[in-house]
Amino acid sequence: MSEAVPAHNIGDYVPLVDGPEKVSGRARYTADIAVEPGTLAGRIYRSPYAHAEIVAVDVSEALKLPGVRAIVTGAECDRTFGVLPIARSEHPLARDKVRYKGEPVAAVAAVDDDTAKAALALIKMTVRELPAYFTAREAMAPHAVPLHAKKPGNLERDVFFELGNVEQAFADADLVREETYNCAEVCQNQMEMHAAIASYDAVRDRMTVHASTQVPYYVHLMLSQVLAMDMSKIRVVKPHVGGGFGCRTETLNVELIAALLARKAKGSVRLVVNREETFITHRGRPETDIRLKIGMQKNGRIAGVECECIQRGGAHSGYGIVTILYSGSMLYAIYDLKHVRYIGKRVLTNTPPCGAFRGHGTVDVRFAFESLLDQMAAELGLDPLMVRRANYLPAPGATPTFTENDLMVASYGLPECIDWVERQSGWRERKSKRANVAHNGPVRKGLGFACSHYISGASKPVNWTGEPHATVKIKLDFDGSVVVLSGAADIGQGSTTILAQTVAEVLGLDLSRIRVITGDSEVVPKDNGSYSSRVTFMVGNAAIDAARNLKAVLIAAAARKLETKPDDVECLGELYRAGAQDKGLTFNEVVMEALKDTGTITVTGNYSTIPASHGGNKYRGAAIGGTMGYSYSAQVVEVSVDDETGVVTVDKVWVAHDCGKALNRLSVEGQVQGSVWMGMGQAMSEEVAYHDGLMVTANMLDYRVPTIQDSPPIEVGIVESNDPNGPFGAKEAGEGSLAAFLPALTNAIADAIGVRFNDLPVTPDRVFAAIEKQRRRGNGR
Amino acid sequence: MERILKFTLNGRPRIDAVPDNVLLLDYLREMIGLTGTKTGCDGGECGACTVLVDDHPRLSCLTLAATVAGRRVDTVESLGHDGRLSAVQRGFHEKLGSQCGYCTPGFIMASVGLLRRNPQPSDDDIREALGSNICRCTGYVKIIEAVKHAAALGREGVAP
Repeated sequence: MSEAVPAHNIGDYVPLVDGPEKVSGRARYTADIAVEPGTLAGRIYRSPYAHAEIVAVDVSEALKLPGVRAIVTGAECDRTFGVLPIARSEHPLARDKVRYKGEPVAAVAAVDDDTAKAALALIKMTVRELPAYFTAREAMAPHAVPLHAKKPGNLERDVFFELGNVEQAFADADLVREETYNCAEVCQNQMEMHAAIASYDAVRDRMTVHASTQVPYYVHLMLSQVLAMDMSKIRVVKPHVGGGFGCRTETLNVELIAALLARKAKGSVRLVVNREETFITHRGRPETDIRLKIGMQKNGRIAGVECECIQRGGAHSGYGIVTILYSGSMLYAIYDLKHVRYIGKRVLTNTPPCGAFRGHGTVDVRFAFESLLDQMAAELGLDPLMVRRANYLPAPGATPTFTENDLMVASYGLPECIDWVERQSGWRERKSKRANVAHNGPVRKGLGFACSHYISGASKPVNWTGEPHATVKIKLDFDGSVVVLSGAADIGQGSTTILAQTVAEVLGLDLSRIRVITGDSEVVPKDNGSYSSRVTFMVGNAAIDAARNLKAVLIAAAARKLETKPDDVECLGELYRAGAQDKGLTFNEVVMEALKDTGTITVTGNYSTIPASHGGNKYRGAAIGGTMGYSYSAQVVEVSVDDETGVVTVDKVWVAHDCGKALNRLSVEGQVQGSVWMGMGQAMSEEVAYHDGLMVTANMLDYRVPTIQDSPPIEVGIVESNDPNGPFGAKEAGEGSLAAFLPALTNAIADAIGVRFNDLPVTPDRVFAAIEKQRRRGNGR
Repeated sequence: MERILKFTLNGRPRIDAVPDNVLLLDYLREMIGLTGTKTGCDGGECGACTVLVDDHPRLSCLTLAATVAGRRVDTVESLGHDGRLSAVQRGFHEKLGSQCGYCTPGFIMASVGLLRRNPQPSDDDIREALGSNICRCTGYVKIIEAVKHAAALGREGVAP
């Protein structure tokens, strides 16, 4: 008798189920899709003015150009859009005012791209220029002209909260230090540029949009809103997407403009945005100025925190309110803080709008916090790891731990993360050795440490409709293939593979039995989208629920066929049997029996977060930061600093990430490495720069992401705290490790050359200048 | 101005009338419909458009189609044999050298070019050969592992 066993995959190294398409060139991204003959080429006319009242947009000459089929301007669309229901202030094409250089003002659909481009040159815009503000300080100055009438003082959002008694905490502290930090604005620079194909069926009054997006559902909502078209007449398709990191986690003007053009032309329009335009569409991380004050006891305990955070948000609201709230709320949930005061200002400026970039709102503040902890630890003669250990949250047990701002922490693997990096990097040994090593030659080595954390999806969704937070459906028919239907948007993070894995695991089947269909609103259940690392946690749980429901259906059918009770049926994946001696039924036989009840089997699985995880209400916006599970990260970074050139080389990174449970070890490693590396780019070389409001780094030479030659080995330790609520215990793995790299780097540089950088990026010229300054003052070691 | 272009594409002879000024990238993607090769930037900055011309990696966005007359051009669509993935394709798939996949064809062709001239490259050889290709997802760690895995498969006789 052969021993049948169910197949398992959770915890394995699982290549992505759509990998073969990617490596063979068959995967189609939006710009690859073969369009029907007669599809027009779309191009956007963009404002050369940073801030101005529009007097007229004259497209008459452009319309006369042979081959031009349609032109749209802001005059034809008075409806606004935006990702937050309370902050929909952006027009797809500027109307009445332009607020940043590069803002879309008009768009052309023509028979080919050359004609569309030529038409742009014939568009004439007349304006009344207004004073423009390129820094947060300028925009907030008294008498500054408001960019938006409803936002006087150019403050998109002003946040204040104080929990506990901060002044008392500072008075009681043994050491109080205050520092300021500046983090430059950065862009996602994902490899696929933005693109949309919009097809308007004039016979049926239906719109289909293919878009490179992380949020097909939001695109659907905003298309309906902006076109004033019933949602039932709209279909959104998401093809393969080449990365997101938050730049497409809100509806972009790109897909809306494509649809407006298609409807006007009564046909199809392909709108491909080039790299410069992709940079200008932006939605990246805002420039942030932070003033941070920490009170600490001699034993390393943090007594009190005051944090002021000013974000230069750009010309439209977007996610801005949420970003400035995360910066405050996420001070918590990693260490035990009782006394915290937070002042946050999200400022509107005449620069391209910022958005939600990987680590949303947490990254720059974490850089400041972990830097200041390190600085104060050194001053008190304490080991930086010991300072973290002195401030651990009470460990969650049978019940979760709650922070002062009511954030629920149900699993907390930070201690294991710190232990892992301490061990793997040889921290203790190397630190004690180097204290005695004389400095020889131009290269000085340093070791730095830091921690960070992130949410596994926001517990309270952006669009609060009362529906489950995630829904997955499964179809099973005569052919025996288990088809998983989900709106989850795979953008390269591997969500499609997670869907296949979780369903296969519950059913005991090999992955080859599972097909996953996503990305077509006509076919799949809606999903809120790929942002704030919600998909594995929420959609994974919904998939498990669906698979369990399917398993119950199959077991009931097997029981009937085997003439026994469902409780006596054992599911072994490809075999269902009533006891070890029973020959049993094959999977296909069970399916055929189950089909007799209902015909094609379809089941649903749902997931919703619990109210305890929704954050608090101690201050306005306190729900932001609430999640079902936080990931934790600890990192040690080793650098070599050449003091003759200022070049900093990252020799190695050790990173431990508590992801609850690694469903796919390959993906977890890959995502943690990718996020650490992305932090490295922000820390060392990436910076968006403007000249009079014109983005001058809108290309991949001036905006410097690290190449393979610049990039270190990154050793990943997976810590599994087995979250009680996560799918098989899993939490997020894609964002939590980004932030820790930034302070770990500057802490390592401080260790190497005795200079602490509070401003990012730390580029070689800045390091060199600091070393020279140190030399001149005779402070060199 | 148009001219007649005769060359070898993915192992087979090809003749087309092409404008003088069409880029090899646009010729492949728009005129022939081989969309595996990607446009990632506004010219010469990212490597996503890498193809092989006479086994040398070239940026097809900086190459005029007319200049490949008489040469052999290989795109990602040329790889694999008998329906199976090639060694480099397997490396990127099995070792997660590819996440979103957008930079992948360019990295694969640059890696194939490397392995055709240096079947057992060192880590430094790999970094140098792939220094013109940008990836935003992986941090490159698993890309290096992917190429090393391909080299190991090469020792077992699997073509790059």
